[in-house]
Amino acid sequence: MPSYDGAADPAAPVLEARGLRRSFGRVRVLHDIDLTLAAGEALAVAGPNGAGKSTLLRLLAGLLRPAAGEVRVLGRSLRGGDAAARRAIGLLSHQSLLYDDLTLAENLTFAAKLYGLSHPAAAARAALEAAGLGDRSGALPSRLSRGLLQRAAIARALLHRPRVLLLDEPFTALDAAAAARLREMLRERLTEGLGMVIVTHHLAEVWEIATRVAVMVDGRWVADQPRTGALEAFLPRYRTWIDA
Amino acid sequence: MPETLRLALAIAGKDIRAELRSRTALLSAIVFAALVLVVFNFARDPTALSAVDLAPSVLWVTFALAAMVALNRAFTIEREHGALDGLLLAPLPRSALFAGKLLANLAFVGTVEALTLPLFVLFFNVDLRAALPGIIGVTVLATVGFVSVGTIFSAMAVRTRFAELMLPVLLLPFMVPPLIGAVQVTARLLAGRPMSEMLGWLRLLALYDVVFVTLCTMVFPAVVDE
Repeated sequence: MPSYDGAADPAAPVLEARGLRRSFGRVRVLHDIDLTLAAGEALAVAGPNGAGKSTLLRLLAGLLRPAAGEVRVLGRSLRGGDAAARRAIGLLSHQSLLYDDLTLAENLTFAAKLYGLSHPAAAARAALEAAGLGDRSGALPSRLSRGLLQRAAIARALLHRPRVLLLDEPFTALDAAAAARLREMLRERLTEGLGMVIVTHHLAEVWEIATRVAVMVDGRWVADQPRTGALEAFLPRYRTWIDA
Repeated sequence: MPETLRLALAIAGKDIRAELRSRTALLSAIVFAALVLVVFNFARDPTALSAVDLAPSVLWVTFALAAMVALNRAFTIEREHGALDGLLLAPLPRSALFAGKLLANLAFVGTVEALTLPLFVLFFNVDLRAALPGIIGVTVLATVGFVSVGTIFSAMAVRTRFAELMLPVLLLPFMVPPLIGAVQVTARLLAGRPMSEMLGWLRLLALYDVVFVTLCTMVFPAVVDE
């Protein structure tokens, strides 16, 4: 199990972004985005297609370099590839991050080695069991259904017990039982102090998990508020923001 | 074991395991090398140029083209399902990622070269017995250099739309110096010339290796980080 002792400032937010800016060519995708996420907080980020949500997630993960601004994880800057900051991040993206020619067990064992876990094979087995894929550890990803592949991707993202989990449409392709299981797993991790940013088009899927809801339009926040009340009460305001 | 080496071996081990399971790149490169040798064998005019005179050039052109096929797979495997993101997300130094990819590529290209050599002897009827240790030595020296450059260009090309076409265009100019050196040394080895005639070329190959392995390790983070 990775240790963060001595690597983190305990008073710092688990994730903090200041003045994040990013362009692709001449198109400015994100405009001076600020974000603070405390331990045990789940921020749902919604917005229309092309709003910059996935770009924001890649910047927060350190997979894209911001044109301006900085991302700090557990008080440590991601700039310069700080290992302790990177180790604290888990990402579930649109893609599974798995190799087609390796079995699920081999894929997760390899990932465990990259994160320096002391018993990689055992950690991989435990992560697959937790995702309900214990009996499929010898399967190749190319042989799995989209739903099972998504569960394997979730197992990979949670394998090293990250402190910040970044999720891009985590419920895509999951059946009702698997979605309920994932919600339960995420709730458990929230109570353990994990911070989450969940990008979604379907607020209904994450409404019960989220502690905060933010709306992004054209690379800018148009709302960031605690999640209170029912989704039905929030949706009319949401439609106003995205149609404006 | 130092952390960087441990991570590099994990990455190389993963690549080798994946390739052994699919065998796609390795088989393609070996078949391609055999086809190149067949083409050269039948395309030459034996009355104009003897096999021994042509052999060093043919051997190294075959090695270079087959290596290109093998190098193409280095980062295309990382393109599937965004696996490269998984590597870049992990807390590993970029130098470990480069070293791991370099080790895996050296294993692939070395295997292709080892399997091509007997075919070359078969087609060109060259007696390698006396020159074999020297040929192995010069092959190692030349291969380290161009595989190092090929690894970085493979990482660069994989982000483009036509990665398979981009790699040869980028890599071939950088392959010229080690190929010239390797052909010159191989020709002298096959002709039984003394070592003193090869030292200059061997130094050039060693210098190329040191310069480009160092340079590629330094440049690699800028290539993979967006």
